[in-house]
Amino acid sequence: MLEIRWHGRGGQGAVTSVELLALSAIEEGKYAQGFPSFGPERRGAPVTAFNRVDDKQIKIRSGIYHPDLVVVLDESLVGLVDVAEGLKPTGILLVNTTKSLAELKKNIRFEGKIATCDATGIAWKELGVPITNTTMLGALVKLTGAVKIESLDGPIKERFGRIAPKNQAAAKRAFAEVKIIN
Amino acid sequence: MGKRVGMEVAIASAEAAALCKFDVAAVYPITPQSHVAEHLSDIVNDGRVDASFITVESEHSALSAAIGAAGTGARVVTATSSQGLIYMSEVLPIASAMRLPIVMLIANRAISGPINIWNDHSDIMPMRDTGWISFFAENGQEVVDMTIQAFKVGEDRRVMLPVNMNMDGFQLTHMVEPIIMPDQEEVDRFLPPYVPYAALHPDNIVSMGTLGLPEIYAEAQKSKDVALVNSIKVVKEVWKEWEKQFGRKYETIQSYRTEDADVALVTMGSMGETAEIAVDELRKQGVKAGLLKIKLWRPFPFDDLKKAVQGIRVLAVTDRAISFGGPGGPVCSEIRSALYDEPKRPEIVNFIIGLGGRDVQVENFMDIVRRAAKGKLSEPYEIYGVRG
Repeated sequence: MLEIRWHGRGGQGAVTSVELLALSAIEEGKYAQGFPSFGPERRGAPVTAFNRVDDKQIKIRSGIYHPDLVVVLDESLVGLVDVAEGLKPTGILLVNTTKSLAELKKNIRFEGKIATCDATGIAWKELGVPITNTTMLGALVKLTGAVKIESLDGPIKERFGRIAPKNQAAAKRAFAEVKIIN
Repeated sequence: MGKRVGMEVAIASAEAAALCKFDVAAVYPITPQSHVAEHLSDIVNDGRVDASFITVESEHSALSAAIGAAGTGARVVTATSSQGLIYMSEVLPIASAMRLPIVMLIANRAISGPINIWNDHSDIMPMRDTGWISFFAENGQEVVDMTIQAFKVGEDRRVMLPVNMNMDGFQLTHMVEPIIMPDQEEVDRFLPPYVPYAALHPDNIVSMGTLGLPEIYAEAQKSKDVALVNSIKVVKEVWKEWEKQFGRKYETIQSYRTEDADVALVTMGSMGETAEIAVDELRKQGVKAGLLKIKLWRPFPFDDLKKAVQGIRVLAVTDRAISFGGPGGPVCSEIRSALYDEPKRPEIVNFIIGLGGRDVQVENFMDIVRRAAKGKLSEPYEIYGVRG
C-alpha cells in the first residue's frame, strides 16, 4: 500500500489533489482513500492532506504516520514545518522548488531520496497562475506509479471543465521534468 | 448492477437519499455534516429530485420542519451532527411518537465542551432513548446502502418509525473512497413509493401529536416501545432483501474470525475494519482474537448478541462515549445487561477509545486484546490512553 502526505497552505489545493489522485486510482479499478487533515483549515495556514492507494481493499482508517511519499506544494513550508516527519527512510520527499540539494538540506532532516520539480514555474507557464496542485500530481505519478499519467485526465476534466486541458498539460510537463536530485 | 465510483462519503450519503427520491429535505449545516447539507441543497436546486429544500435557522427548526413535512405524507430527509443533534433533542421523541418515518443522516461528532468538532459517539448516545431506529455504518458503501435501507425500514407499515443512519464524522464523511452506487432503476425496484398511514390534508382532517392524558400516556409509550422492539424483524427482512438484490450482506452483529476466538473485540462504526487488521495481526502471532461489529444499535439485537458471543472467553468492548457517573460506555452497559441472565457468559471489559477524534490505531486494538486476555481491569472501565 502506498501512503502519501501532502503539505500545502490553505487555498493551494492540497485537498483537491488528494481527491483527484484517489478518483484516478479508483477509476483504474484500484482502491484508494483521499482525506484532509481533519479539522478547521484557514487560507494561507499550513495544511496537510493524505492518500492511500492499493490494489486490495483498504481497511485502515487511522491516520498516516509513516508515508512513502511526502509532497510539498509550497517551498516556504520547508523549515517551517518538519515536512520529512515520519517519512520512511526508503521513501521520497518531493518539493516544489528550484533550490539545490545543498540549499534544501539546510532545512530538511531526511537522508532518503529527495525529488524536486519547478511546479510554480510550470504552473505560471501552463496555467498563468501559481497554483501547483495539479502540476505536482504529475510529478507524484512519475515518482510512484500510483496511477497511469493518463488516468489523471478524467478526474481533472470533471473537476476543472474548461480549464482542464491546461491543468492536464501542467501535470504532464511535471511528469516529464521531475527529478530525484540525490 | 450499480457503478463503482470514487466519491466523498458525505456526498455519497446525499446521493443515496436522492436515489430514494425524497420529497423534502430540511437541514441546517454543521461540521462535519455540512457537505451533506450542501449537496442535498444542490440536488434539489439542480432539479435532480422533485423536492423542496427547506432552509431553516436551526436544527430544532430543521427537525420540526421535517416532522411537519412528514405529517403531510412526504418522504423526508434531514441531517445533523453533535450540538445540532442535541439541539434537536426536544423534537426527536415527537417524531417517533408521531410514527413519522423521517431519515436522518448523522455525521457523528463529539459534543462540547471543550468545543470539539472531531468524531466520537457522544452525540447520538444521549439521544439513544428517543425511539428512533439507529444504524451504524462502517464504511462508505454501508453509508449508501443503509441510507436507502433506512427509508424502506422506517416506512414499512409494521414499523412507521424514524431512522438515523450514523456515519463517523471526518473518518467517514470526509473520505473519498470507492463506492458502488446503485442505479436508479435498482433503487426503484427495492424501495416502493411511500404510502403514509395518515396524512395532514385540508380535505381529510386528522389530528397528530395530540395531548396524552395520564389515562393514555403509558399506552402511547408502550405502543412506541413495541413498535421499536418489533422493528428488528423488518430490519432483518429488509437486509435479506437487500442482500438478494444487491449481493451485500448486512447483519445486526457481524462476526469476524470468532469461530474459535478466545478474546473478541466489539466495535461500532468506522473502526471496525481497522480492528479487523488488528485481529489478523494477532492471529498471525497465535492469539485467538475475533471481532464483533454492531450495525444495529436500536433496537438492540439482544438475541443475536447472545448467539454471537458463544464460546468467547473475554469480550473487549470498545465505546466512543462515556456515561458520566455511570457504568462506563453505553455499548458495554448494554452488552452487560444483555448477557447478565445467561448461564454462561464471557468476561466483559470496557475500553473507551477515540474520544473527540483521538486516533485509534491497529496497535491500540492489539494492545486492548492482549490486556483483555488477562481478564478484569482494575477499574470498571478504562478511558484508553488517557493522561492524568
